[in-house]
Amino acid sequence: MDDTVKRNIMSTENTIEHKIDKADLDGKQEYTITVYAENRIGLLNRIAIIFSKRKINIESLNSSASEIDGIHRFNIVITESYEVVRKLARQIEKQIEVLKVYFNTNDEIIWQELALYKVSTDEIAEKVTVERLLRQYGASAVVIRKDYTVFAVTGHREETDALVKALEPYELIEFVRSARVAIIKDSAGFHEKLKEFEAFEPGEELVENEFLDKGEKIFTM
Amino acid sequence: METAQDIVQQPEVKAETSKHSFKGTGSQVLLNGLIEEGVTTIFGYPGGAIMPIYDALYDYADKLEHILVRHEQGGIHAAQGFARASGKVGVCFATSGPGATNLVTGLADAQIDSTPLVCITGQVFAHLLGTDAFQETDVINITTPVTKWNYQVTDAKEIPEVLAKAFYIAKSGRPGPVLIDITKNAQLQVEEFPEYVKCNHIRSYRPKPKVRVAYIEQAAELINAAKKPFVLFGQGVILGGAEQEFKAFIEKSGIPAAWTIMGDGAIPTAHPLNVGMLGMHGNYGPNVLTNECDVLIAIGMRFDDRVTGRLDKYAKQAKVIHLDIDPAEIDKNVKAEVGIWGDCKETLPLLTNLVNENKHEDWLAKFKDYNQQEIDQVITPELYPTGDEMTMGEVLRNINEICGGDAVIVTDVGQHQMVACRYAKFNHTRSNITSGGLGTMGFGLPAAIGAKYGAPAKTVIAIIGDGGFQMTPQELGTIMQFGAAVKILILNNRFLGMVRQWQQLFHDKRYSFVNITSPDFVALAKAYYIEGAKVDERANLRKALETMINHEGSYLLEVMVGRENNVFPMVPQGMSVSEIRLK
Repeated sequence: MDDTVKRNIMSTENTIEHKIDKADLDGKQEYTITVYAENRIGLLNRIAIIFSKRKINIESLNSSASEIDGIHRFNIVITESYEVVRKLARQIEKQIEVLKVYFNTNDEIIWQELALYKVSTDEIAEKVTVERLLRQYGASAVVIRKDYTVFAVTGHREETDALVKALEPYELIEFVRSARVAIIKDSAGFHEKLKEFEAFEPGEELVENEFLDKGEKIFTM
Repeated sequence: METAQDIVQQPEVKAETSKHSFKGTGSQVLLNGLIEEGVTTIFGYPGGAIMPIYDALYDYADKLEHILVRHEQGGIHAAQGFARASGKVGVCFATSGPGATNLVTGLADAQIDSTPLVCITGQVFAHLLGTDAFQETDVINITTPVTKWNYQVTDAKEIPEVLAKAFYIAKSGRPGPVLIDITKNAQLQVEEFPEYVKCNHIRSYRPKPKVRVAYIEQAAELINAAKKPFVLFGQGVILGGAEQEFKAFIEKSGIPAAWTIMGDGAIPTAHPLNVGMLGMHGNYGPNVLTNECDVLIAIGMRFDDRVTGRLDKYAKQAKVIHLDIDPAEIDKNVKAEVGIWGDCKETLPLLTNLVNENKHEDWLAKFKDYNQQEIDQVITPELYPTGDEMTMGEVLRNINEICGGDAVIVTDVGQHQMVACRYAKFNHTRSNITSGGLGTMGFGLPAAIGAKYGAPAKTVIAIIGDGGFQMTPQELGTIMQFGAAVKILILNNRFLGMVRQWQQLFHDKRYSFVNITSPDFVALAKAYYIEGAKVDERANLRKALETMINHEGSYLLEVMVGRENNVFPMVPQGMSVSEIRLK
């Protein structure tokens, strides 16, 4: 959480004034929520309804293994104000099988999305050189068949979007993009934290306290 | 498809217990687990998918009392009433499909009012899941938003551990309802089970933190510097069993304290620092002075919109200290200067140690001034009406005089609920049982039945409106069969009174579908072999109430009250608490 974010509740809607360069005028910006949770059937639904209950659209959701065997990691991307995201994070963390929730702005994370593009091999061979595309967009050819070729690009949204544009004149047969996966820059991983969770007596440091520890690193323990 | 499995064959299993293990069916191990958890009373209704559990229950009649309700909604409200009156976990059984969906209202009610429940539903055979089998519904997904936790068991081996987790989750931290859905094959499955072990730790679940003294110090500093501190308390004080700790805190610091309807009764009504009720129909002083205090100390309450009114005009001048066991509540609706996450049974004594002894006499006098205005303009006319029509308030006054504040009062939802909460006198905690957050009409009668089982030594009075009573009247059958000595008091104004009040005040008296007719309630009670009477004159009121309360068993008394009486004071929706109206 950015210390400079000015928290100013203006109405019942909890409108927040953010620094203008960090957010649009509604105080909304892109946040990536990282959820560490037990791998349990139904938990995805429990998390998803926390958003749908508030009529908030999930822009991207990824569920995968984490650095710890048996612990799942969700990445959820939404565009909302700090206040809303903070409340959502607490509601998610409240779920029994959720261990910990973090939320970060884009400058606090390293993230990637994967996109696949299927184009006609003939079309592409005739009008553009494959090599040029590969080089220019950092793409890789996953499959080259007589009838079609599949390219893959890994990167930020703008990068994957750029190749969609480039391929438009050559009949993009299929396009798909994965959810965002993100690594938190300031994170030391979950290994140490898990030990605290597994300890019987709750420690003082178990949950970073947003009231006292403002401005400290994300993983303070 | 293994259709042969569909033929219900109860395995003939004699339960075998050794010192460390138990061989039997999933149903038997479930019931053993309930006994291990200290369960004595179950409210339920059988059906196809839960038959193996009911079959096992047949042999447990000496250890587990099962109350056959008349509708699963009645079952879960009864379990809620039981939990609220006793402080234990309420337990209810229902079958799959419609049985399970009938629990949803009660689950939502228990979720929003933090009531510890364990609900067991039967489910179709595991191999039929997803086939749209007879009485199959996706109970887990339907109940996810209204449960603290839920789990589907398809293998009996999971039952002991899941049940232990369910009880731990239901009652620890901020309590709430848990649902376990057990497929029929798991109920029938024979296994050798290890000894039942209660759960006291789940790695992904932290019911309460270790308290950080730094916050307590910050809070104490604010309180000690305050000239006009004000305490708001909710059900958290009761759920945390912290009534004594709370009393010690306000008595040492001399801070006036007002309650949400869920917190009502945590300290006696007559306590000199108890300044009354918060919120839309709360008392005048507590509402107005919320916007005048300098430090607001919220304890185990969640700043519901019915308490705060317009949020951007709520206590803006005050520094807020918020004590709650649920960290998601801190800063949710009202920003806290100091948030104290923890169990108030632990945090309050720490805070009491650090606060200075004080009296705040001038500040308390302000509450008294406002109270006097309210007495003159609202309370006296309500409790001692001079007109012909009876008021709900005078009925409550008579109950207070007869019971002296020792009865458990269960209400339904609407005008009578607000009047009961405003005027009922309580000497003891866990005496006020009402549907606070969800406002569930039909809650009153079944919850009162459960409350009677939860507090058998107490007089339990269910105060219900003519509308609410008609939502769950079938539970008279439960009283008839099992004899819960519930005193049913119907305050009949021949209207859906609260909606009518709003239509009068905010919709130009356009009384749209609030004119509700009623059956002969006394005759209805008699049809269930329950004694009853009806009163329509003040002269007979006192005697009728005494007859009801002194009656051996259950009794229904219908009191005809004024048709168009309104509940005041009132904070109109969307207005600030300081804009509260006395008329």
